[in-house]
Amino acid sequence: MVENVKELLKLHEGITHEVYLDNENSCIVPQQVVDAMLPYFNKTAYGNPTLTHKPGWEAFEVIMNSFQKISKYMGAKILEEITFTPSETEANNLAIMGSCFAQKSKGKKIVISEIEPINVLQVAEMMGKYGFSTTKIPVDHEGFINLEKLKEAVDKETILVSISAVNNELGTIQPIKEAVDIVKAQNPQALFHTDVSDAYGRIPLDVQNLKVDLATASSYKIQGPRGIGALYLRDGVNMERILEGQIGTQKLWPGIENTPLIVGFTKASELAFENFESNTTKLRMLRDKLVDGIFSELGDLRFNGPKGDKRSPDNANISILRAEGEALTIELSLKGIYVSSGSACSRRLLQPSHVLIAIGRIFEEAHGSILMKVTRSHTEEDIAYVLSVLPTAVNRIRGIVGSTGVH
Amino acid sequence: MSRIPLPYNPKVMDLFQHPKNLGKMEDATVVAVAGNPACGDMITFYLKIDEAKQVIEKAQFESYGCAANIATSSIVTEMVKCLTLEDAWNNITWKKVTEEIGGLPAVKFHCGVLAVGALKRAIRQYFTQKNVEAPNWLPKENTFEEKQALEEEELAKTLSKRLKPEAEKK
Repeated sequence: MVENVKELLKLHEGITHEVYLDNENSCIVPQQVVDAMLPYFNKTAYGNPTLTHKPGWEAFEVIMNSFQKISKYMGAKILEEITFTPSETEANNLAIMGSCFAQKSKGKKIVISEIEPINVLQVAEMMGKYGFSTTKIPVDHEGFINLEKLKEAVDKETILVSISAVNNELGTIQPIKEAVDIVKAQNPQALFHTDVSDAYGRIPLDVQNLKVDLATASSYKIQGPRGIGALYLRDGVNMERILEGQIGTQKLWPGIENTPLIVGFTKASELAFENFESNTTKLRMLRDKLVDGIFSELGDLRFNGPKGDKRSPDNANISILRAEGEALTIELSLKGIYVSSGSACSRRLLQPSHVLIAIGRIFEEAHGSILMKVTRSHTEEDIAYVLSVLPTAVNRIRGIVGSTGVH
Repeated sequence: MSRIPLPYNPKVMDLFQHPKNLGKMEDATVVAVAGNPACGDMITFYLKIDEAKQVIEKAQFESYGCAANIATSSIVTEMVKCLTLEDAWNNITWKKVTEEIGGLPAVKFHCGVLAVGALKRAIRQYFTQKNVEAPNWLPKENTFEEKQALEEEELAKTLSKRLKPEAEKK
């Protein structure tokens, strides 16, 4: 298998231009962010922030500074409302499990949307083992949650509602504020959690303004290092730990704080928020150029998710009919363009993206989908390169398909 | 999103990049289809048969599917060339195809199965189409590969039933 990978990599040797658009699944960490992290491995603040010596106090100072900044960017009232976790996955697990366990005397019902990321969907479903039940709210053809159905689903037994602020695959910006009002009107005790991983740094966001109780942010989704995320928990809300161990600066997550990663996440946030307006304008410009270019070159496409102001500025999701997604990702990779697909990948799990199916796409449309997210590090030249290569790649794959499936 | 790492071997990649015997065959003696686009996996298989000798003169394919699907379809078209129908029926199995292509990731075994399923369907169809009695070597029962193709097509139907005809409009 490793031999195969070596050969596969060799096939990429002649590549002249590379454009990484798979920012859904990982990212290129900008050098500025890497440079900000490096001193904390071995130059300063390498100590455990809860211990009584200089490297520990240095680490404490650095980490407190990060708590301060991340709480500001998320709109938290006090820095104690932020918990750093190893990623969005852990933050969502903590949010759902921790709040359900803490509220279980009040009820056993969870409400989520049909298009939540796997790390919300599967955690909520897993809670069935502990006697909790999960209701999934449907979405419309652009991925917007049905607020009527949300109202119907929430009752006195509901303890937690979890709906992402921006859907990770479609870029759909949900009406979170309205959703919170609806939920709280039905049951003031129900907690509202929102995964803001795809909203943080890309759309204006303020957890106090949204009046949510919990919110998850992710570092790599804003070009920070992987392995770090954050959970906002409104002051006063009851929560249980889901892991046990040495408690340091944060009572909800045991273990020694990872100073370099926390600093990387903070630096990446600074870079995203410092020039928020110009950053997001650039994202929108690059994304629109990419999408418009693809649509002007190719036919038989479906644009997945909403257009305009109700879509996150970085997200492009297109179903390419008469082409299978996995074949496309490989074909594009050989040309230096890296994207992901909603295609199903194994036989017994012939399940393509649950998000695309939830908005009413047929399986073929989901199998042929590609997801691309631009970052502020991309250039117009990058987009031009993608547009010079992608139509040829699609046409070659479509050529192999020929009349198959058409008749 | 597709996340299982699939380190395809050089032969699979070569056939994916430069598929042999690709395209619609205008003068095909028989055409068979296996799979369903809903499963992300469908093959059209064309055979040109020398009817006097009962020999496959050439085979071509078209494929909607992943790199492994394209590569296994292509290699089957190579493997059956110049074989009698009987030899093709008896000797081409999904295991042989997987071997011939230098191995596949386990989650992609079904691609070879589907390619052979399409071939076997084409051979079976040849006799049905001619309306002649099937030879003794052709079993009435579906082979493993044909059953798997059927199963996948059935699954596609089940999956499609669960689909919303159209998500509600806002």
